[in-house]
Amino acid sequence: MNYDERLKHVSVLGAAGKMGSGILLLTAVEMADISLKPENKGKTFVLNAIDLSDDGLAGLMDYLRVQVQKVAEKKTVWLRQMYADRADLIENYDIIEQYINDVLRIVRPTTAMETSYRSNLVFEAVSENKDLKVKILKQIDTNNPNQPWFFTNTSSVPIHIIEDEAGLKGRVLGFHFYNPPAVQKLVELIVTPNTLDDVTQFANGYAKALRKIVVPSNDFAGFIGNGHFMRDALHGINQALELAKSIPLTEAIYKVNKVSQDFLVRPMGIFQLIDYVGVDVVQFIMKVMNPFLKNEDLHSDLLDKMMELGVKGGQLSSGAQKDGFLKYEKGAPVAVYDMQTGNYVSFETFSAKCDEQLGALPKSFKPWKAAVRIPNNESHFAPYFDEMKKMQTEGATLAITYGKRSVAIGNQLVNEKVANNVQDVNTVMLTGFFHAYGPINEFFGS
Amino acid sequence: MTAGYNTISMGTGRKEFNPKKDRPGLEEYISEAGKGVLNQIGGAEKVDESFIGNFMAARYNRQAHLGGFIGMIDPALEFKPALSVEGACGSGGLALVSGIRSILAETADVVLAMGVEVQNTVKAIYGADILAGAGWYQNRKKGHAYFFPGQFSDRAGVYYEKYGYDYARKGLGKWFSNAMENARLDPTAQEFHNNGANLEEMYQNAKPNGKNFVDHLNLFDCSKVSDGASGIAIVSEEGLKRIGVDKKDAVEIIGWAQLTRNITNDPPNPVELITIKKTAAKALEMAGITIDQVGTIETHDCFSIAGILGVEAVGLAAPGKGAEFVAEGNTARNGKVPMNTTGGLIGWGHPTGATGVHQAVTIWQQLTGKAGNAQINLTAEKPYGLTINMGGDDVTVVAIVFKRGE
Repeated sequence: MNYDERLKHVSVLGAAGKMGSGILLLTAVEMADISLKPENKGKTFVLNAIDLSDDGLAGLMDYLRVQVQKVAEKKTVWLRQMYADRADLIENYDIIEQYINDVLRIVRPTTAMETSYRSNLVFEAVSENKDLKVKILKQIDTNNPNQPWFFTNTSSVPIHIIEDEAGLKGRVLGFHFYNPPAVQKLVELIVTPNTLDDVTQFANGYAKALRKIVVPSNDFAGFIGNGHFMRDALHGINQALELAKSIPLTEAIYKVNKVSQDFLVRPMGIFQLIDYVGVDVVQFIMKVMNPFLKNEDLHSDLLDKMMELGVKGGQLSSGAQKDGFLKYEKGAPVAVYDMQTGNYVSFETFSAKCDEQLGALPKSFKPWKAAVRIPNNESHFAPYFDEMKKMQTEGATLAITYGKRSVAIGNQLVNEKVANNVQDVNTVMLTGFFHAYGPINEFFGS
Repeated sequence: MTAGYNTISMGTGRKEFNPKKDRPGLEEYISEAGKGVLNQIGGAEKVDESFIGNFMAARYNRQAHLGGFIGMIDPALEFKPALSVEGACGSGGLALVSGIRSILAETADVVLAMGVEVQNTVKAIYGADILAGAGWYQNRKKGHAYFFPGQFSDRAGVYYEKYGYDYARKGLGKWFSNAMENARLDPTAQEFHNNGANLEEMYQNAKPNGKNFVDHLNLFDCSKVSDGASGIAIVSEEGLKRIGVDKKDAVEIIGWAQLTRNITNDPPNPVELITIKKTAAKALEMAGITIDQVGTIETHDCFSIAGILGVEAVGLAAPGKGAEFVAEGNTARNGKVPMNTTGGLIGWGHPTGATGVHQAVTIWQQLTGKAGNAQINLTAEKPYGLTINMGGDDVTVVAIVFKRGE
């Protein structure tokens, strides 16, 4: 079965979810493009969009139409060539409409999982719950005579456990998109010792067709991306709790968020990132990872407490940020949650005081947006952090401690063979988390 | 002609442009430009008839019959003659020609000539479909997704092949940088806010890429997608007295021509704009002057290559020498013949149906000393202005020769 044939009948599980909808979009477009090749004319391609939610599937189809139109508008030059033999399609508008139609006719929204029993390839993007994943994949494999391949989008569960428990024998790998899959370039690819070469080869080809950057990760809970992020988040939370011994927790959260964003020149502060991913998701991933870790307790009472209070962050279906640790206006944080009163306390009431306590940024500071555009930016960051190391301010001290911890986490991932090398860790954080510099660096000293 | 008025050319480049927000439509642009003229001529009562040039409101805005909007500008224009004219991107020029004919026929003494286009209602990829209507529809299927850029890219490709790629791109790059620098001097220009440094270097670094766009041109080679309107009064000597404007504040039309090529034929020579050549020659002949007496030109640079080929077509440079003529700075604002002194279609903007009128307004401003920061110096040896307005791929062309009233 070659690449095109493998993609003739595909299913996406959890297709209406945040990750599933993106995976479905990318796969539908790839399948449609293949179907337009002269040698595939007349062949029917099927992509089952499987989800439990009827409402979700209805929304998915709306989302797909809008997104496919955008995709088509960007490649109309190519599409005109592909439809050159269609005398009835003359204007760009005609061609774009036809392409949207050709993509959508491949997609079959359904709540019936049985439709996947005829697929050659199954993408799994259901909830991050090992038992659920195992149950579904096992059921499909038992009923599907095609020996299908399974690509799981798990961000934390070790693949070999899914493989063993579902009895998939080399026909599964981790294909971990970043959110949102349609935009983010990074894919973490995780194989088990049993994964068949053909499966890996196909996965690489598929990722390349989607223009993704593939970073191989070894099969440890959390892989590289969450391996770093979860530990980094826990460090931020603990740093805030430490500060909260002498100042209110609200101010401590503000300070650590500011240090992790401004002082460390990241796209967002750590508490904003936790909100972005969702307090619930972070808590859940830590819970999944924790049993697999030795000499380490990846757990935060603070996250548990936030969940009890029902403050979860995450995003609305429109993509707007929901309030979590922080409150957002037009996407920017403006206040911090006070667990004791259940209210948000405006930054304005304390930020001047906290900023003064943290102290000024180094003079050579450039905000993330500007720094990320500097080519070979080591020549910017090395003197920037050198300057910071000489400062005795609270902000500088917290930032250096934070940076050192990030380096240690990165090295831990290499030492524990989660990542094959330093470069892979840095690529994941640069492309998946949009850091301006890799976590493994020489900036912070030993 | 007198009492010219341009709205801002709105679109990408302007800081206030936000494609996601509601914007003014045809009504607002027509109204603003119309009133802008009427305010300078003592009101709508002075006007005998009106012409409005527009290319594709029927598709961009689902609105045809633009003559009907003239009465909206001022009640005193209602129940007077008003009609719209169309000749693709030459529509504005046709509105001027229509007004000139009426004056010459003595059917009017004061004509309000306008042009309008509101293009930012659709994305560029669909705008390309609409603009392709300026070509022969039978050729649309085999044309490029970006149809007109494709047509002029083909012309540019032949020019590169014939005269050398680097040589040609040097001239085109200079054309682009002139356009940006001139646009920065006119507050109504779409690139008024442009502050890029090293324009020519930026241009040369952006190589054409047929995978994303067309083979031989990049986006810097293209005119803008624009919303805007322009208006000007065309008056007889009698009319000038009626509106109370001094001759020195008006320009005299001393020559004009309007020629049209068969749209179903391909251009006979891809590196020659034959219709522009013939039309400009005819207008200059009527004016009784040579191109060497022309002090400033507004030419139809829908693409940079059209600018260079225009330089050759009006006779400023021999075939193949246009790129050199431009690269040497002859068309810059301090050069031998300053061209497109408020940015032209690439810098000021290209609200297609309004462009011909905008060109006349610019020449009127320059010749009467009303061009503000964009003012150039004109000498007594070269006192004339020339406009070249083109519809389609060198199909409908209007050329007008101006001199200051005295």
